[in-house]
Amino acid sequence: MSLQQLGRAWHITAKDIRTYYLKPPLISWGMLLPAVFILAFYLRAPGDIRSAAPGLIGLTVLFGATSVEAVVISFEKRIGGMERLLMAPVSVPALLAGKVASGMLFGVATGALVWLGSTLAWSLPLAAGLPLVAIALGSATFALLGVLISLVMREVFDAMTLSNLFRFPMMFLSGVFVPVAALPSALQVVAALLPLTYTVDALRHLLLGGAGASYPLWTDLLASLAFAAALYVAALELMRRRLEDLL
Amino acid sequence: MCWEGRNAVLSSQGTTAPALAIEACALTRCYGALVAVDHLSLAVGRGEAFAFLGPNGAGKTTTIRMLTGLIRPSGGTALIDGLDIARDAMAAKARVGVVPQRSNLYGELSARDNLVFVAQLYGLPSRRWRARADELLDQFGLSEKAGVPFSTLSGGMKRRLTIAAALVHEPSILFLDEPTTGLDVLSARNLRALVGDLKGRGITIFLTTHLITEAEQLASRVGIIVKGRLIAVDTPAGLRARTHGEDVLEVTIPEPAEALLAALRGAATVRALSRAGDTLRLTVSTVDAGLRTLTEVTQRYGACIANVRTVAPSLEDAFVRLTQVDAEAMRNGPRSQGGDAP
Repeated sequence: MSLQQLGRAWHITAKDIRTYYLKPPLISWGMLLPAVFILAFYLRAPGDIRSAAPGLIGLTVLFGATSVEAVVISFEKRIGGMERLLMAPVSVPALLAGKVASGMLFGVATGALVWLGSTLAWSLPLAAGLPLVAIALGSATFALLGVLISLVMREVFDAMTLSNLFRFPMMFLSGVFVPVAALPSALQVVAALLPLTYTVDALRHLLLGGAGASYPLWTDLLASLAFAAALYVAALELMRRRLEDLL
Repeated sequence: MCWEGRNAVLSSQGTTAPALAIEACALTRCYGALVAVDHLSLAVGRGEAFAFLGPNGAGKTTTIRMLTGLIRPSGGTALIDGLDIARDAMAAKARVGVVPQRSNLYGELSARDNLVFVAQLYGLPSRRWRARADELLDQFGLSEKAGVPFSTLSGGMKRRLTIAAALVHEPSILFLDEPTTGLDVLSARNLRALVGDLKGRGITIFLTTHLITEAEQLASRVGIIVKGRLIAVDTPAGLRARTHGEDVLEVTIPEPAEALLAALRGAATVRALSRAGDTLRLTVSTVDAGLRTLTEVTQRYGACIANVRTVAPSLEDAFVRLTQVDAEAMRNGPRSQGGDAP
């Protein structure tokens, strides 16, 4: 992608941030839902919340990044905004990059907020900022997943519903509530196929000294990177194919 | 048809340089079994104002979308300023401004911020973003609304800002898809004056409309499209002249019965009939024969003729003659359809 196209991608991101970050579906699914879960965990076992931090950060990133995509793609499609972007000299990779970045940045911002908050409250290690890398990789992956879902569905509501089909199983199988190692072995295999597993696992290494982790840290980071790369290729291909449906 | 266009340019200018702003050759688009645009060929010269006239669902929006690179043709080619829209999409898109049927700027952003965003998308240098936005706001009489969110503007203002947005990067070709649809009479008139100004500045204009008067007022040439096929391209005067050798009677019959209309349509002396309320326009072979038919038919159905006069054939008469589409059906066409694309 040329620098010129990269610049245009950034302007799309900046516009999306200004236009959509405070839309109701994003507030309810991207901010309130993670907040409710954090509160629920805290009220259930205030003493145990420290060990739940990796899962809660992963959950926040997952819901934030996917929810943004449902809005910046489906909602924008509905108001005819996609037609405006497509009639401008913006290439498909630039359009995709712009859209992914708005979801990714939201996931990073909300995830980092929960991380820094829990660091302050329960004196978790800062780990030289490495948790941010895990958060960013996870956020990119989930944003791309959100793009794929939003390209298939017509309305924001449908995109959110389909997203939940992926988000809820991930919540239960990816070590958010229960470490993956504690799952029955068949479900451990499923967990290995879900990207959230590696985000949470990496955070267990970085924040809890590896308590409850199932894979080495480098596996977690490489797997996250591989998920992001594969989903990028898939999203780019799907966007090319469905370009006319965005009008 | 493609070749006619090329030759015309060759003979008048003796060069193959892209003297044509828009050139379409056998442009075709299918949606499954439906052929929305069928082997459409046309050429629009630089600085020309061309109107694409046709009823709703005729393929106007589909054609504009192919010409502006938004959808891929199933067949044929389109050149914009000599650039192939399929192969040089980015360069071609940078040269055109598009005013879509829907005023699709961002409701949350202010009028100025919307224009700044468009300036960013088209790669204007950053020092020009705000200046260009303010220039256009001033030019379109929207300076007072610069800081107001787009969603709170009136329909006419939204339309004006949408046109302004299409001009941010100073394109040489402007596409307008049904520019006055949904506007009140006064806003529509102001908007037509505005498009007339742009024409004066040498911008090539390609507009679609289902309003015959709008096409006649704004365009130097009119193409008539029905069911995806371009059936005639000519100047408004040239199209009118196609009804040469015919006369038009304008007759007022209060509440004309359907049977009476059918009888008139079926009469050998009546070549075409269009209706606007109680007023009928009859294209007839001669005034004398037409009047005889009229008296005979109205007597038969016991109808009274409130008024009758002969008029010069209008573009509307030519349109009705060429398309066999009732002009009233165009005026009251189903608005709910919105676009042509399924």
